Amino acid sequence: MISEKKSKRGVFLALVCVCVLLALTIVLENTLDPIKNTILFTVLKKGAVYALVACSMNLLNGFTGLFSLGQAGFMLLGAYTYAILTIPVDQKAAVYYLFGGSAVGFSLPDLFGGADSPVGLILGVVLALILGGVVAAGVAWLIGLPVLRLKSDYLAIATLGFAEIIRAVFQWEKLGPVTNGANALKNFPTFTSFNVKDASGAVVLRLSTFVAFLIAAICIAVILLLINSSYGRAFKAIREDEVAAEAMGINLAKHKRLSFCISSFFAGVGGGMFAMFANQAQAKTFTTAMTYEILLIVVIGGIGSISGSCIASFLYVAASEWWLRFLDSETQLTSIFGFQLAKPFKVPLLRNGFRMVVFSIIIMIVVLFFRRGLMGDKELPDLLRKRRTAKKKGGGDRG
Amino acid sequence: MLKIDGLRVNYGGIEAVKGITFQVPERQIVTLIGANGAGKSTTLRTIAGLVKPSAGRIRLQAEDITGMSPDRIVSKGITLVPEGRRVFPDLTVLENLKIGAYLRKDSLEDDLEWVYSLFPRLKERSWQAAGTLSGGEQQMLAVGRALMSRPKLMMMDEPSLGLAPLVVKDIFSIIKKVNEQGVTILLIEQNANMALHIADTAYVLETGRITLTGTGEELLNNEAVKKAYLG
Repeated sequence: MISEKKSKRGVFLALVCVCVLLALTIVLENTLDPIKNTILFTVLKKGAVYALVACSMNLLNGFTGLFSLGQAGFMLLGAYTYAILTIPVDQKAAVYYLFGGSAVGFSLPDLFGGADSPVGLILGVVLALILGGVVAAGVAWLIGLPVLRLKSDYLAIATLGFAEIIRAVFQWEKLGPVTNGANALKNFPTFTSFNVKDASGAVVLRLSTFVAFLIAAICIAVILLLINSSYGRAFKAIREDEVAAEAMGINLAKHKRLSFCISSFFAGVGGGMFAMFANQAQAKTFTTAMTYEILLIVVIGGIGSISGSCIASFLYVAASEWWLRFLDSETQLTSIFGFQLAKPFKVPLLRNGFRMVVFSIIIMIVVLFFRRGLMGDKELPDLLRKRRTAKKKGGGDRG
Repeated sequence: MLKIDGLRVNYGGIEAVKGITFQVPERQIVTLIGANGAGKSTTLRTIAGLVKPSAGRIRLQAEDITGMSPDRIVSKGITLVPEGRRVFPDLTVLENLKIGAYLRKDSLEDDLEWVYSLFPRLKERSWQAAGTLSGGEQQMLAVGRALMSRPKLMMMDEPSLGLAPLVVKDIFSIIKKVNEQGVTILLIEQNANMALHIADTAYVLETGRITLTGTGEELLNNEAVKKAYLG
């Protein structure tokens, strides 16, 4: 069929784009001055992490129609699992100094030859991330048993409550030997551990951003494959009409649970990546506000669009961390367009916190003018295809 | 092929179906007619497994399927075209059809060709979102989607609902065509005239009980039916 060939070409194009993007991150990171451009790479790394978590949330909220707000809770599970399993054995005493060492006596990278050898690092980190996802998915399965009987708002409230409970449990003093209580877990391998160093310890090849992009890209590709499989169709059918889906022979309970667990798995992996990005894992960072940030990204990008979630997450992170930063600092202008001012002019309104005001207004405008988000439920290749067919037919056709 | 024996169903706190017994012979078109609230829809939903009966037996070719889950019933070869069409509006026509075949693991090409040959309009619109189709086209899609599971028995809940008379005629001629190709059909309708014209066997359902049985033609000429349903 013609259309199948077309979609195959779309997949090929997407693959090429992703490879180019990955290559670009390596080039950028190794040509730009890492100290002057710290903020750029921070945004890129955080954007990649958020893109993955937003896609996982979109799988559940946008494609299966289950409105869940537990994402931060699952990220926390992933982050802690990752951190606990990768803190090098010789660092444990320092990290867990309040509790006299860790109850977990091993470290995954150490099992494969230590975090300093490439094999140990890659295997240990990958395995720990996957295990983080598995723990999140396992917990999702358990709480899914009662919670997935609920619908819409009720499900949102139940999952929100779950995330809060998880956060409280992980800060519990009695669990200290495992979770380090309310203190941060640190000293585990992070994105920067992937930078290649020579014998003297100087960095020869920077790969930290590349690694973040690579992991996120692989996970998002898996989510995309899932959405385009027959399972994905079943998820969409459930979103559109539960009764009709059931009449078509789709087992509602099974597929909802599947979607919930897969979404949580990738949120868990994303949580592990967030720990790598932040160089530490601490329960108090995984607040409800974080879930809302991700929900915002999903809504801005378009509910039901994976490429929308990815684009929106970079825009969101860049705007909140970088582009609007200047609004937070008081500024004294001594000259305007080259004209010297008699006395320094203090720009009004610019002070700590003003950034969030402007940011909220921008988000409101975006939501008002893009009702269905930047991408609606379309993906990037859809837009290209539409333009092509419109050109062919002289426009005006729905394609 | 399908035997219903003393079926009772409680639905929304009342007993909607009060012990009905009827049969759907293989390769026939069987229709249940009756007024609003007679229990027609409930009967179909119970056979499809969406509602659990409180008593009675449902047998498909001597196998007891009472109380099975909907997905198992679909895999046994019974499919339901739900009332009001209920296509998946944001999915394309092709995706809708593929969901109909969700439980099948084999190749769908032949069946897609078959459905497209029955409904050439769907082929033209295969990449269009189902929500943008007209009512008649959506009904065709709903039938096509049900056929994609390659059913032995297709149950249809009010296929003429909300459609223009000409379109209704089309739909019924397609029902006949599908039946001639070997699919047994259980149809419920308020449009009794149309339904009785194509039915081999017909049952009249009144407040949860079967009150009349006969061939389609017999019921068309029955005075009571004429008075109550044909006007």
